[in-house]
Amino acid sequence: MEKLILLHVLDNVLIVRKSIEAGEQVVINGNLLLFKKGIEVGHKVAARDIQQGEQIIKYGISIGSATENISVGTHIHLHNMKSDYLPTYTLEKEFGNDK
Amino acid sequence: MTNNSTFKGYQRQDGRKGIRNVIAVVYLVECAHHVAREISSSFGGQVHLIGFPGCYPNQYADRIMNSICTHPNVGAVLLVSLGCESFNRNRLKDNIEKSGRPVHLIGIQKTGGTRKTIDEGKRWVSETVEKIKSVPQVDMGLHELSIGTICGGSDATSGISANPAVGRAFDTLVAKGAVCIFEETGEMIGLENMMSTRARTPALAGELQKSVEKAAIYYSKMGHGSFAPGNADGGLTTIEEKSMGAYSKSGNSLITGLIKPGDIPAQGGLYLMDVVPDGEPVFGFPNINDNAEIVEMIASGSHLILFTTGRGSVVGSAISPVIKICANPETYNRLSDDMDINAGKILNGNATLDEVGDEIVNKVIWVAKGGQSCSEELGHQEFILTYKKFEPIGPSCLPGF
Repeated sequence: MEKLILLHVLDNVLIVRKSIEAGEQVVINGNLLLFKKGIEVGHKVAARDIQQGEQIIKYGISIGSATENISVGTHIHLHNMKSDYLPTYTLEKEFGNDK
Repeated sequence: MTNNSTFKGYQRQDGRKGIRNVIAVVYLVECAHHVAREISSSFGGQVHLIGFPGCYPNQYADRIMNSICTHPNVGAVLLVSLGCESFNRNRLKDNIEKSGRPVHLIGIQKTGGTRKTIDEGKRWVSETVEKIKSVPQVDMGLHELSIGTICGGSDATSGISANPAVGRAFDTLVAKGAVCIFEETGEMIGLENMMSTRARTPALAGELQKSVEKAAIYYSKMGHGSFAPGNADGGLTTIEEKSMGAYSKSGNSLITGLIKPGDIPAQGGLYLMDVVPDGEPVFGFPNINDNAEIVEMIASGSHLILFTTGRGSVVGSAISPVIKICANPETYNRLSDDMDINAGKILNGNATLDEVGDEIVNKVIWVAKGGQSCSEELGHQEFILTYKKFEPIGPSCLPGF
């Protein structure tokens, strides 16, 4: 079974279909990439290099934009992308206080 | 889908049909909550506790409560009042009476306090359990069913497996003439243009678009979107991403109309429920948790609710059964007692979206026939109703315009 799936042809992210363990190697677009950290099911990794400010495309539409340059195979989440509508609240970033 | 998709429904005097015959015990202010709970908790799963905690009047809460007390799944209602609260108990009682249901109003102050009221309430419920056994049961089909959907405890698997599978089920149910309701315009943010292309008329497209724009403004004033920390733990990064996943529950049918909580669609089709209050924010967040939305869909006539979850919500609801569809295979393994359907097998490659969509439709029929969903079996009867403010929907929101 493929570990990563492309949901839509326009997407620049792949979805983790089955959790990736730390130290696991996965092929993305013909490149064998080493995952130093594990990534849980459902999370996103870059399908290709993405520039800072570029839109992150999933399901064929923009779900926000990159806050830094992201290289292929990198986990994409709160640390390197943001909403273009409303900020995302987490227990680590309560009430807008960045820690 | 199973061949036999008709079932027996409870025929109400107002012409509507229900799939359950619940006795609702209703507290009309928090001060009557304990007494109402003592009455309801001494009975089994047929007696449900619901209520409104506020002492001050609210038109929205009044409308929702009137709608739920005359919901087709409700067979009788016991109203428990302290005596000095603002809720218009006499009008509510009249409306329930007019709908042909047994109703009884007890006031704690008048009856002589906690113990006497509990005793009188229990006596009335015991008699009524027997009385409503005679409600006629008649043939009922999918075209007479109203089904709401909601996602809760979402993660990034929700939008890939369970939500689009509900979308497939909705496509089937809409084609059979059912009323299907999806909601949470705050979780349509980012895809208002895409959604409006599915509207039945250009005027409705404009209304759909406006409802999402209203949600975006409302939530930005609140300083927080419809997004919980667990969503991020589960791999969702932004509201747009959560929106796309949530939206896929609506399937691919044309959108028939836009309703607000308490509006009951008169004909089958797919309806978006606008749950975000109108005007300046006055009472806080649009929906403080998933059950607030479930209550609103029930108030709009939903006989049952399809609830998708990735992180693993366990809630059910008073009045209408909740069927839970688990998106994440790892969550399913941990919480399988709470889950009616494992949509996570789609991710593992063991089922297709269409197959799980059919499984959901079959489960809907099974529950409509009286089968207990997991949350019903476990005794879940969550209910919450708080303050909100709405303007009536515009003329182009419903079919016929």
